[in-house]
Amino acid sequence: MATQQTKTIGRLLLSPAVALLLFWMIVPLAMTIYFSTLNYNLLNPGMETFVWFENFTYFVTDPAFMASVQNTLVLVGSVLAITIILGVAVALLLDQDMFGQGFVRIMVIAPFFVMPTVSALVWKNLLMHPVSGLFAWIAGIFGVTPIDWFTDMPLFSIILIVSWQWLPFAALILLTALQSLDEEQKEAAVMDGAGPVSIFFYITLPHLARPITVVILIETIFLLTVFAEIFVTTGGGPGTQTTNLAFLIYSKALLQYDVGGASAGGLIAVVIANIVAFFLVRIVGRNLEA
Amino acid sequence: MAQRVTTSRKIINTLAAWLVGFIIFFPILWMVLASFKTELEAFAMPPSFLFFDWTTENYSIVQERSDYLHHAMNSVIIAGGSTLIAMLIAIPAAWSMAFAPSHRTKDILLWMLSTKMMPSVGVLVPIYLIFRDFGLLDSRAGLVFILCLGNLPIVVWMLFTYFKEIPKDILEAARMDGATTLKELVYVLTPMAIPGLASTLLLNVILAWNEAFWTLNLTTSEAAPLTTFIASYSSPEGLFWAKLSAASTLAIAPILVLGWFSQKQLVRGLTFGAVK
Repeated sequence: MATQQTKTIGRLLLSPAVALLLFWMIVPLAMTIYFSTLNYNLLNPGMETFVWFENFTYFVTDPAFMASVQNTLVLVGSVLAITIILGVAVALLLDQDMFGQGFVRIMVIAPFFVMPTVSALVWKNLLMHPVSGLFAWIAGIFGVTPIDWFTDMPLFSIILIVSWQWLPFAALILLTALQSLDEEQKEAAVMDGAGPVSIFFYITLPHLARPITVVILIETIFLLTVFAEIFVTTGGGPGTQTTNLAFLIYSKALLQYDVGGASAGGLIAVVIANIVAFFLVRIVGRNLEA
Repeated sequence: MAQRVTTSRKIINTLAAWLVGFIIFFPILWMVLASFKTELEAFAMPPSFLFFDWTTENYSIVQERSDYLHHAMNSVIIAGGSTLIAMLIAIPAAWSMAFAPSHRTKDILLWMLSTKMMPSVGVLVPIYLIFRDFGLLDSRAGLVFILCLGNLPIVVWMLFTYFKEIPKDILEAARMDGATTLKELVYVLTPMAIPGLASTLLLNVILAWNEAFWTLNLTTSEAAPLTTFIASYSSPEGLFWAKLSAASTLAIAPILVLGWFSQKQLVRGLTFGAVK
């Protein structure tokens, strides 16, 4: 039905967005690739030399790199596990018949709208402070020695904060998915004598498989580059205990001014993110056909 | 849908859900309470929950000492500006893909989505150097530009999924009645597209308002939005809990309200239509 004229108009209307995104994708990436082959420090301008892949070998053999990869994996893995498991639980709870469901929903979703710098600082100080934080007071009530969160378990502290931010996202998406579950299927299962446990494992969980996959992929993309929460709380320390890949690249670039090394690290981050993105794009693309 | 249950079961559900909701919401509530305490009380052990001398002085001090409004204005300009420009570029693009699709539309959409997957930190170095050379560091224009490009794929996607739902038959009918493309656009499409446009706008203002990678790395003071402003409280010498809480409460309040209005669209927008 589309005439030649509408096709031309369509292409015309589409071109600014495509051109801008093409520019956004190609120019910085090309520059990163170029910089990654240079020995280039901002403190010594004009001294750049071409060093092939030296930056990569240097970056990868840096002990901080292995530590950052490990921290990144632990951070992403733990936050995913916490938010998915608790997210399913919260979604199941909110899907029940109750009074004031709308209000509970509002309370549950709220942390998602809090900017990362605020949630990190409020948690670090008002809640997790070893002397005056609320957790220390609760520990005191039970006669337990308060935990010095950011000294004794810095990475876990970051994991807690980030999980609090992402739990609403998982819960809200899984709740939306639950609400589209066909009630008749459950009723039929009850007729056949199925208990709540088997209903959960044989009907609810399979129904949630796709939304859970979507949550995992989207969260992974954001969690791979958690930055602000680390920036305002630990600054990557103590040592490299809370340095993830994103923070390592940042400190190479803007604290050590090592353009070549940071670019090499940046490319590694791009490659990792693209592996995840590949699967997400496939899932979304399959949905587009329907 | 929830099953019908007995009243006692419903009461238990209610109690459990309210408890869980309260625990999740508690850090925000605790922060708001602290913002009305004096610095001494905010730090006091045991903490006071409701029975303290309520004061609003933190709010006025935050404004006086650090010019809070200046940073709030930066946030409004950066989040609003980047979203509006992204909408202006995305509306024609999404319209064209929804109403005049070609065999390449699907590939273009997925490619756009994949640009959103590029981690910001991967291009930190070139963007920083470009900004330095063009004098864009600590400028609002620079951030508007970056956040606009960063969010453009999401804006296009959201608009596309909304436009796609507008029934094509209506357009056919309008055309039969002799409507020109322009009239079609103004009288038929626009009214039907407004809800989708509004929720896209809302979600992207929220995302841009809370963006904390580029804002932290590319601004210091003059163009610093609220994310960067709050981060300045992380230095040990600047640690005033009550003032941090007051500044934080002000920083998240507008977005919390907008967010609650957009909960439904949130799922759809953030999953690129994969979950509705």
